[in-house]
Amino acid sequence: MARAVDEVHDVLQDGEQALRLLRLMLLIRRFEERAEEQYTRARIGGYLHLAIGEEAANVGSIDCLGPDDYLFTSYRDHAAALAVGSSPAAVMAELFGKVTGVARGYGGSMHLLDVDRRFLGGWGIVGGHLPIAVGAALALDYRDVAGAVLCQFGDGATNIGAFHEALNLAAVWSLPIVFQVINNLYGMGTSVEQSSAEPELYKRACAYRMHGERVDGNDLLAVREAAGRLLTRAREESRPALLETTTYRFRGHSVADAGKAYRTAEELASWRERDPIARYAGLLREHDLLDDGQLESMRKEVADEVSEAIREAAAAPAPDLGGLYENVYGDERWREQFERMDTAAPFGERMETRSWQS
Amino acid sequence: MAELTYREALRRALDEELERDDRVFLMGEEIGRFEGSYKVTAGLWAKYGPKRVRETPISEEGFVGAGIGAAMLGLRPVVEIMTINFILVAQDMVVNHAAKIRYMFGGKVGVPMVIRTPGGAGAQLTAQHSQSLEVWFAHVPGLKVVAPSNPADAYGLLKSAIRDDDPVLFVENLVLYNVTGSVPEPEEDFTLPLGRAHVAREGTDLTIVAHSYTVRRALAVADRLAQSGFEAEVVDLRTLRPLDVDTVVESVRKTNRVLIAEEGWATYGVGAELAARIGRACFDDLDAPPERVAGAEVPMPYAKPLELAALALEDKVEAAARSLLAECGLVGSA
Repeated sequence: MARAVDEVHDVLQDGEQALRLLRLMLLIRRFEERAEEQYTRARIGGYLHLAIGEEAANVGSIDCLGPDDYLFTSYRDHAAALAVGSSPAAVMAELFGKVTGVARGYGGSMHLLDVDRRFLGGWGIVGGHLPIAVGAALALDYRDVAGAVLCQFGDGATNIGAFHEALNLAAVWSLPIVFQVINNLYGMGTSVEQSSAEPELYKRACAYRMHGERVDGNDLLAVREAAGRLLTRAREESRPALLETTTYRFRGHSVADAGKAYRTAEELASWRERDPIARYAGLLREHDLLDDGQLESMRKEVADEVSEAIREAAAAPAPDLGGLYENVYGDERWREQFERMDTAAPFGERMETRSWQS
Repeated sequence: MAELTYREALRRALDEELERDDRVFLMGEEIGRFEGSYKVTAGLWAKYGPKRVRETPISEEGFVGAGIGAAMLGLRPVVEIMTINFILVAQDMVVNHAAKIRYMFGGKVGVPMVIRTPGGAGAQLTAQHSQSLEVWFAHVPGLKVVAPSNPADAYGLLKSAIRDDDPVLFVENLVLYNVTGSVPEPEEDFTLPLGRAHVAREGTDLTIVAHSYTVRRALAVADRLAQSGFEAEVVDLRTLRPLDVDTVVESVRKTNRVLIAEEGWATYGVGAELAARIGRACFDDLDAPPERVAGAEVPMPYAKPLELAALALEDKVEAAARSLLAECGLVGSA
């Protein structure tokens, strides 16, 4: 649901709401830890990018999305899927390459989506989804829908041309979109300082006469307040904004990266002290909204939920081989359009040779 | 039927589709007040306004991406890239995004978008503005590639492309814009299906396969060959993906000889693909191996004599055809 700015501040007045957000962050943390473990057991292939440490930056903004809003994010997308409410079992199944996955096992970790919840992906090319998110905002504007787009990406995306083209188009066309840069200080192993002439990334908005601001991405309520305010403004005034949320990934770029060659143990330790979940849980304790027992039972609940997701994903079938050629095209005439391309096609491509695997 | 230029036929198709379906909108550089770099969209901005005919900055990656996003939400953008050479800065959007979306998202969302762009050479536009890159895109599963050779086809195929639920690269040709031909009247709602080639001229001695402007050259060459007593059949592919191999094979089985002509570079090109297909399908029908003729494998030079030497003009296509016929012991009467 869309929330006015004053409501956003009201999280601490509403115990149920406050605990819901904590639970969501705990779920993401647990999901990521177990996904990492499942990867080492070779149940997950390809790349696996974890958002451990970035839970507040994800939950804080995504929780502000309203019924007509759309979400786009990068390949570090498990948190986004869980935050929009996709079933952990379907997300885990996608990581496992199972037919019950959110993309039926065709996309994997980097290409999650949930069309019903208007989450349009998990995208694998750094910065590539920014112009596409602008197009979604254009469609809202075209149809006169009072919705907005939240487009998340990492700090590394801010140096690619698509970033600048997307921000410029959103500004010259005055589109309802909030660009959220989740600045975790490193694009793979290259620091923001090393790669960005203006390392205060929110300032790049100036070049497009766009509002830009930076908030502490490990402060759930700060992210939520800023994202809520900017999304409301996007919906009501059809204006874009750039929101920088500074955070830190506790793991490497992907599971294949230990994340230690380019970062010091001291740096990691200092960020662990700013763990977004511990910090938010502490705040709730201060406001008497949480006690140790509740926290423990919540941890157990999400752990059980993730275990169940793993069980379901492991038990689900892999996609049928007969579906290899499905969904390359979607027009209902595609078979008749392509039928005359079957003649003398390469082995395995022409129908008479398709059965070589069976 | 009305006599229209290729440009006017395209404009009529755009106009009719804008009128028919309010999800359809145009987007591109200079397509509004400027009326299009090649004037294809002339009058449409005035008729439909800036929302349906959206002028963009010089930002191909940005606005092709925006087209993809709008299409994912159910609109039907028709994006103009001023020339095919500039699509390379949007290649990531076309190949990594538009072509992949439906499949990698498990069929849950599609991209009903058309990208219109002219390719071709011959106006001394030199190396960076004279390319025929359509085969790059025809290589990619998830895309459809259309390349009409005349006004009626341009009209019927563009309407089909706009109504298609998948991303379509619609390749026009700079040199064709002023070519005229008969085009059906709007009330006929004429469309041409994707994936169907057309026998543009019937013949028995040789098949010449071509697309886009090269079809006109092939037809002219067929007339010249007729003077020598040879009847060439000309197959206009119309679409490169889906590729109508059947029509080509049917023709080759009849003529036993085939020449594939294209304006771009031959290596890894349309001719390469078709030669492989024909080699398999017509192994026992061929009197000679399939021959290819194409543009010289150099970046396009500027100086007119050099440019003419680099193009696959009628003389070169004719020489290739005669060489192939001679290989089969057919020397002709003239």
